[in-house]
Amino acid sequence: MSRPRLIKEASAPLQLDKELLLRIHDLMVKTRALEERLIQMYKQGHGYFWIGGPGEEAFNVPLGMLMKKGQGPAYDYLHAHYRQSGTILALGEEPIGALRQMKNTATDPYSGGRNFAGHFSLKKYNVAPVSSPIEVQYAVAPGTAMVQKRVGGDGITIVTGGDAGTAEGDFASCLVWSSRPVNPLPILIIVTNNKWGISTSGDGQHGEARISDRAKAFGIQAKTINGNDPVEAYNELKEAMEYVRKERKPYFIEALVSRLYGHSSASGANYVGDEVDCLKQFEARLEQEGFMTRQQMDDLRNRYTEELAAAARQVRDEPQPDPDSIWKHIYAEDK
Amino acid sequence: MANMAQAIRMALHYAEENLGVTDIFGEDVGMPLGGVFTCTQGLKTTWNTPLDERGIIGAAMGIAMGGGRPVAEIQFCDYVYNTIDLLKLAGNTCWSTNGDWNMPMVVRTPVGSGIRGSIYHSHSFDATMTHIPGWKVVMPSTPLDAYGLLITACKEQNPVMFLEPKALLRVKGEERIPGEPDDDRQLSKMIDAPLGDRTQWKPQWPTLEAYAVPFGKGKKVREGSQLTVVSYGRTLPLCAKAAAALADEGISAEVIDLRSLWPYDWELIKESVQKTGRVLFVNEDTEVTNFGEHLMRRTVEELFYSLLAPPRLLAGKFLPGIGLADSLEMASVPQQGDITAAMRSLASEQP
Repeated sequence: MSRPRLIKEASAPLQLDKELLLRIHDLMVKTRALEERLIQMYKQGHGYFWIGGPGEEAFNVPLGMLMKKGQGPAYDYLHAHYRQSGTILALGEEPIGALRQMKNTATDPYSGGRNFAGHFSLKKYNVAPVSSPIEVQYAVAPGTAMVQKRVGGDGITIVTGGDAGTAEGDFASCLVWSSRPVNPLPILIIVTNNKWGISTSGDGQHGEARISDRAKAFGIQAKTINGNDPVEAYNELKEAMEYVRKERKPYFIEALVSRLYGHSSASGANYVGDEVDCLKQFEARLEQEGFMTRQQMDDLRNRYTEELAAAARQVRDEPQPDPDSIWKHIYAEDK
Repeated sequence: MANMAQAIRMALHYAEENLGVTDIFGEDVGMPLGGVFTCTQGLKTTWNTPLDERGIIGAAMGIAMGGGRPVAEIQFCDYVYNTIDLLKLAGNTCWSTNGDWNMPMVVRTPVGSGIRGSIYHSHSFDATMTHIPGWKVVMPSTPLDAYGLLITACKEQNPVMFLEPKALLRVKGEERIPGEPDDDRQLSKMIDAPLGDRTQWKPQWPTLEAYAVPFGKGKKVREGSQLTVVSYGRTLPLCAKAAAALADEGISAEVIDLRSLWPYDWELIKESVQKTGRVLFVNEDTEVTNFGEHLMRRTVEELFYSLLAPPRLLAGKFLPGIGLADSLEMASVPQQGDITAAMRSLASEQP
């Protein structure tokens, strides 16, 4: 069993190709700019509620980059929680969709103005709908993995949630159903541990030393990794996904991450200065290695910030859903 | 004729062979038991789950999202209550994603009293289930309707809750299921698992035919002119029997089997009530915020000027449970005498 790895030396050499590192960085910046724009929209009254994943970019971006993208059981399913914007952008989604959901416009591609920000749904990429209950995705995910096991191929199911949600029974259900000796499942079970449940510190709620220890009790290979390091996240996810694809068995990753703007707009959505900022840390390393200059990184950030500000202005003028549309899609036949 | 458990089994066999059903699962649903009420004996896609109802509903949702066609079972509806927010999620998935995802899944669960099941094997679920939008909810009272409704359920693109009145699962039907052999004993030999060692046993399925009962269509089981009785599930045959008995007293009662609770056949109710001016709704779920109350509200709002007497509801008492003793069960949910008396009283009610 590997021991939990904590943050590596900031001076350690970056182990990925430059091109890949720059791609990860670009998506991390884009994600951060998106989340900050969503927060600003909320604060300016262009949305009722914000929740999202600033602080999880270093883990969520590599996850999206490594997914086998497509529709149906030959491809990867993602049963995500509401801090997954980095993964969605890494899958190739345009960020304006998230702004439309924030502004609850009729054009919102994920819910037509029905659901909160960060509640993505992309059947075209096997992204199951994100819902506000923090645990239900863990109960649903084994189902897609069962279909994938049966049809063959190398598609896998990925499920993510937070540390606080692991107290719910559905998390235990996921461990039980994924590791039944009669039918072990090709599923990558992920917990992004930001050490908080809204305002409650995880330290006082978790008797287990590591959340990954719970998976080990079911014979599931499990690791706790530094989710604030995109290189470690990329390498560990790649290894885990290759294992699940090939062995058709479950694997568990607990990724230690930060929560940089609090739980949601309900707790103010202000920058938290005393947590590790994965983007700042990564940029220091990129600069140190000579892959990018500070100026290049600032230019990139400014470009995304401006693009998203323009997109937000565009979204502001888009129509709200028609009141009569409430009767649409109650059933499949209500188009 | 087949009983309802056999009819369900045959419908599931038909659905496995012809409608693409991929997974029939739940606690003790696979062999060797084939379901605590024998409804899933001998089927080819059955499997046993851990004792985890949330896992069962969640797996059904995931299988449906992955392109499978699941039929999940909750062993008794009394144990479905810890899955309520997953049922809510299954019911809102299409709507909350603005039509991005569908959830073609069927959940079967036995409901109601009648087997002296005490507090956790006697509950009803129709009142709670009809509070969860996005589902279709059906409840047969005959084996043929069970067969036809389940076949329709397995063709649906939406989640379907199939409520099985457990008191009627062993009752033989009066109508033949298309393809069912003439002789009951022959049917039993073909599809009922033997007692004892079943490891070598395989069913011999009759050649079954397609027969679908559409959702949202009730059935008039008896014509009448003086009052209308609307029921479903266990209490339906009691209402029909009461109507037959009351005919001898000169009371003409029309009996409607709703069969489908959501969507439901309002036109059938409306036409009947406009004719008779009197209506009694009968079911055995607890009476406060009961589905029959919804039907009464609609009757009052839309048919008020056709009424000759207040609409009535006969339902289960608003109790925390159904007690084990015969006397307790009888006093808790509508019985034959209660129904006959309620119909007689309504028929003669004058302003």
